[in-house]
Amino acid sequence: MNNLSTKFGDYGGMYVPELLIPALDQLEQAFIDAQQDEAFQKEFMGLLKDYAGRPTSMTLSRNLVSNPKVKLYLKREDLLHGGAHKTNQVLGQALLTKRMGKTEVIAETGAGQHGVATALACALMGLKARIYMGAKDVERQAPNVFRMRLMGAEVIPVNAGSGTLKDAVNEAMRDWSANYDKAHYLLGTAAGPHPFPTIVREFHRMIGEETRTQIMEKEGRLPDAVVACVGGGSNAIGMFADFIDEPSVRLVGVEPAGKGLHTADHGAAICTGSKGILHGAYSYIMQDKDGQIEESYSVSAGLDYPAVGPQHAYLHDIGRAEYVAISDDEALNAFQLLARKEGIIPALESAHALAHALNMADEAEDDTIIVLNLSGRGDKDLAHVHSILGDQE
Amino acid sequence: MSRYAKMFEGLNAKNQGAFVPFVMVGDPDKQTSFNIIKALIEGGADALELGIPYSDPIADGPTIQKASIRALNNKITPEDCFDVIKLIRDEYPDIPIGLLLYSNLVLKRGIEGFYQRANRAGVDSILIADVPLREADRFIAIAEQQNIEQILIAPPNASDETLAEIGNKSRGYTYLLGRAGVTGAETAATIPASTLIEKLTQYQVAPPLLGFGISKPEQVADAIHAGAAGAISGSATVNIIEQNLHEPEVMLHALTQFVSDMKAATNK
Repeated sequence: MNNLSTKFGDYGGMYVPELLIPALDQLEQAFIDAQQDEAFQKEFMGLLKDYAGRPTSMTLSRNLVSNPKVKLYLKREDLLHGGAHKTNQVLGQALLTKRMGKTEVIAETGAGQHGVATALACALMGLKARIYMGAKDVERQAPNVFRMRLMGAEVIPVNAGSGTLKDAVNEAMRDWSANYDKAHYLLGTAAGPHPFPTIVREFHRMIGEETRTQIMEKEGRLPDAVVACVGGGSNAIGMFADFIDEPSVRLVGVEPAGKGLHTADHGAAICTGSKGILHGAYSYIMQDKDGQIEESYSVSAGLDYPAVGPQHAYLHDIGRAEYVAISDDEALNAFQLLARKEGIIPALESAHALAHALNMADEAEDDTIIVLNLSGRGDKDLAHVHSILGDQE
Repeated sequence: MSRYAKMFEGLNAKNQGAFVPFVMVGDPDKQTSFNIIKALIEGGADALELGIPYSDPIADGPTIQKASIRALNNKITPEDCFDVIKLIRDEYPDIPIGLLLYSNLVLKRGIEGFYQRANRAGVDSILIADVPLREADRFIAIAEQQNIEQILIAPPNASDETLAEIGNKSRGYTYLLGRAGVTGAETAATIPASTLIEKLTQYQVAPPLLGFGISKPEQVADAIHAGAAGAISGSATVNIIEQNLHEPEVMLHALTQFVSDMKAATNK
């Protein structure tokens, strides 16, 4: 039996081998206890403030928006230690790992961002990390592989399947089912089986809470919309969580349209609307007519995942949040625009959200305040973007 | 009486346990797969456990993953698998046939539609590797309507609460996990402690077949002496296929021999 709700409507659940149920139950219980334990909260908040650099600032864009009725604020998760929002929840889960008396951490990573975040948290907490990464990604993301190894993590290339993120998740789950006694699976997004979507949301919800405080200080009212990119959906759910019960605030999730939703090369699970089970949760997923999981694609590795967190599926179906898709080209354009107009190089993931926020700004007819979650910085993407754009001025 | 019940009754009368090989249907192609399954039956398999190829098999180790990939590379679909199973069923009306697969293949067709299709092909039981007890009720309800026995897994770390629930809900047989981890012959099964077998008896679960890490006749004998109703061997069986892909006749002969050796170890 579970103490927390395992589903969001029909979405979510615990579609894992029976063997993993005790480990998921143990994690749920540790999380519930930790949420009520002042000492845990004090340690978590202390790390967020003194190690990671919270609260992150909120910047009003000066030059990006031409519509005088619109104010666009950037929530600066790019300034967090590690370079993205991911540091929040890995610190939380690393503390839970210690609380459960486990000494090892298993994680998956696509481009390496969650792997790097996991490696830094494990270095800090004295945990032994092993990180599964698709063999193709290991080749493509050499700097992040080096970062992880510098911080003491073992990086294990995965050759099975397509050798990308979903195969790394499969391999991490396999490892976990043999080693749950001493190892915690530190899942990197708000997807996967219960209790991960709930834990990851709660360990990122300060993004939205800080946004609320900061916008009240600056504007004296709530924003009209918050906008965030959605791969698995962790930064978006962290931004949305505190506003779900504020019906005046539009929640807007931006999926990767890749080369276009009409092609096979995208990662927009909600926008293309097919439901099923992947990695332990019922949600929107990308699959063929028989239910085989399809490869996703995006110029941004962090959005390149063929499913989405179950709470996003639910928020979509009940009409509380809107989900749209932005193509590679639009994201690359926004990436350059933010660099040129504001002196900030965003992660390609965040550039998807920015592209849509700019479209919203153009179309706004009334006074409008938009907060964009700038979920990460773009240093990691420089080589990739350079190779696409070449040396154009 | 179900085919499993008849099988266990017949084996008990002969004082034997069951040996059940697992292979992936469609590995490496439809025709060879049909011949493989026949070779298993000719070797003396008491029942069949058959996989349907899936892109993301999280409970499987490298051997069975590769079997899935071989079949998927040959464009094998669930419908192809049902075709093969129907041919086997027509030729062998009495052997229990179980499916072992992943939930998304079932959901994509709709639970009811999938179970109906399985029933039409002559399938007796369905085990879904990523549907634990906690998510199983809606599958069990449809299984009952469609005359399919839903197989449940008893892991070595199961609580008394879980075993009691398996006792109430299990049909056909119970898949008793020989160890933690994923499928594979590299790590041997642990023979279940007598306390676990006693508990299974106490909670009246359907007859337990020990699986995960069974590759040798001695393990089959040990499992049965420890009180299991039989043993399932997947990766060891699939290894024989993988090693002989280019020599189908050698492969079929080796499979028949393997099953026959494993079956010989089932005498109580």
